Amino acid sequence: MKIGIPKDGRFGDFGGKYIPETLAPAIEELEKNYLKIRNDKSFKRELGQLLIDYAGRPTPIYFAKNLTKTVGGAKIYLKREDLLHGGAHKINNTLGQALLAKRMGKKRIIAETGAGQHGVATAMACASLGLKAEIYMGHVDTIRQKQNVFRMELLGAKVHAVKSGSKTLKDAINEAMRDWITNVDSTYYLLGSAVGPHPYPLMVRDFQAVIGKEIKKQMKKIPNAVIACVGGGSNAIGTFYPLIDTKAKIIGIEAGGKGVKTKLHSAPLTAGKKGVLHGMMTYLMQDKDGQISETHSISAGLDYPGVGPEHAYLKDQKRVEYKAVTDDEVIDAFLILTRTEGIIPALESAHAIAHAIKISKKMKKTESIVVTLSGRGDKDIDIVKEYMTKNVKNKRKI
Amino acid sequence: MSRIKEKFNQLRTKKESALISYIMAGYPSEKSTLAAVRGLIQGGTDIIELGFPFSDPIADGPTIQKASTESLNSGTKIDNFFSIVKKIRKESEIPLVLMTYTNILYNQTYQKFISRAKQAGIDGLILPDMAIEESKEYVKAAKKIGMDTIFLVSPNTEKDRLKQIIKSTSGFLYMVAVFGTTGVQTKIHKYTIDALKNTKNAAKGKIPVGVGFGISTEKDVQKYVSSGADAVIVGSANIKIIENTPANKVQTRIATFTKKLKSKTR
Repeated sequence: MKIGIPKDGRFGDFGGKYIPETLAPAIEELEKNYLKIRNDKSFKRELGQLLIDYAGRPTPIYFAKNLTKTVGGAKIYLKREDLLHGGAHKINNTLGQALLAKRMGKKRIIAETGAGQHGVATAMACASLGLKAEIYMGHVDTIRQKQNVFRMELLGAKVHAVKSGSKTLKDAINEAMRDWITNVDSTYYLLGSAVGPHPYPLMVRDFQAVIGKEIKKQMKKIPNAVIACVGGGSNAIGTFYPLIDTKAKIIGIEAGGKGVKTKLHSAPLTAGKKGVLHGMMTYLMQDKDGQISETHSISAGLDYPGVGPEHAYLKDQKRVEYKAVTDDEVIDAFLILTRTEGIIPALESAHAIAHAIKISKKMKKTESIVVTLSGRGDKDIDIVKEYMTKNVKNKRKI
Repeated sequence: MSRIKEKFNQLRTKKESALISYIMAGYPSEKSTLAAVRGLIQGGTDIIELGFPFSDPIADGPTIQKASTESLNSGTKIDNFFSIVKKIRKESEIPLVLMTYTNILYNQTYQKFISRAKQAGIDGLILPDMAIEESKEYVKAAKKIGMDTIFLVSPNTEKDRLKQIIKSTSGFLYMVAVFGTTGVQTKIHKYTIDALKNTKNAAKGKIPVGVGFGISTEKDVQKYVSSGADAVIVGSANIKIIENTPANKVQTRIATFTKKLKSKTR
């Protein structure tokens, strides 16, 4: 299976550029510049060096022997994106795009953020490259991730709390797009996930593909299974893309919230319907009229009603399997990993861990699973604490 | 001939430009929507643009965003919307244009949605997130059913693209006046007037050019009409009146405001 650069910006039926006309010239300019720079040696060299010296690449692949022993089954390996500067994979993309923005002569950068990880990574990249950053964040998220708000401010970024709609990630994207429409000439929109109009899904996938490329190099043989969590899907597509043409079983894990049979989840690939949002055609959580549904997840970073179009395509092509795990399973996995390995995962990444625990039991001991640990969980400890206080029945108490 | 085309033909013989008035359906209620529509007709508007709310209106500024949210919260569904349209049709033959976002149509399939809209009495569609590149299936379905497809252009739309958009447009061409979202502006920019001239040239008299976004006063209307606009579109200003007026006075206040604006299109 070869995907490469999507023709007319589409992965099969998915993707495209459903955008207000005012953005058309900006999107065209972006596409032209990106396609040029994509194969530019000096750009690659500069970005490659920043990824090593500034971000801390390559990240290790770690054999989680205690977790493997506790679960009993296939060997579980962790791709340690949590060890990157800023504590998540987001920096791979923000350095790439900020460098591109700089080469395009744009001085003002805007971005959206959910959990705050992309906002922090944007603020860091902008500080280091001398660019001005303004971050849109849903009001609900500014409360549940307030530490990240202050981190962004410390890094010199201006944070706008978005109070429209559901006041979460999707509304932050709406507001960033409105800003871009208004300031289209001076501003670069640095999207944080593999979503949005073409060329964003392509660009974000390319910048995140470093994860999968390293996995391929670091594992002695191709793993039997590869797992990553999927919100918009940037760490997942970065993990999966270089492994698409191998024999590895590939699994993306969505946020099942209180269960995909309830309305309280964020699993459009598992329980959504095709539609158009944020410039792309993809699977969406929506009601009978096509209104976008409010979503729920314990992790702010996965709390999004859509998903990157390349994932929608990979689902339809049956190359990647998409599953959902519930908040309860996530907390359990969070605690197991923390206790057995001394690694506190982001709640987003704990979704992938939860599924790895489920399937490794059914696999042979000689087999292997690679889980992308997309971020560290320091930002989430208050949420976990609150959850455990409210859910006293949870088996794993402190 | 479509109601929209007929209207522009009539206006041309009278040497008038069109006033197009936008309101959000179901904001704050179905009743006030009908009152506002009656006010608009009474005030002499030429075309009514009815918004159907979408949960994520990226091209809209705060006023219409708020109206969308409140309309949705008050329970506006597609079925209510079409029943409002049918009620208007019982009273008037005024051209009716629906403005909403692509997903609302795509959700039911373009074909099915456009058929329903046509049947209810809608004459044209405006989808601010429908880019020309993605519009093939939509335009095909609309053409078949006899629905006008009103595309938007922006002051930064390049010449070749403008030509391409004009080819797919029927009814009228909607020129966005500003870099920004819908809402009240205080100033008319030179770049807008220049863009209006370029757009008119590209349209070659084959399709009327309307200007919208940020138009709220008689002075604005006069300026755009004297600069060659075939139509001016007023939206957020109507929403603000509805927002600040008790329900029983909506019709008269909207009528008074509309009459003043309309007088500047002659």
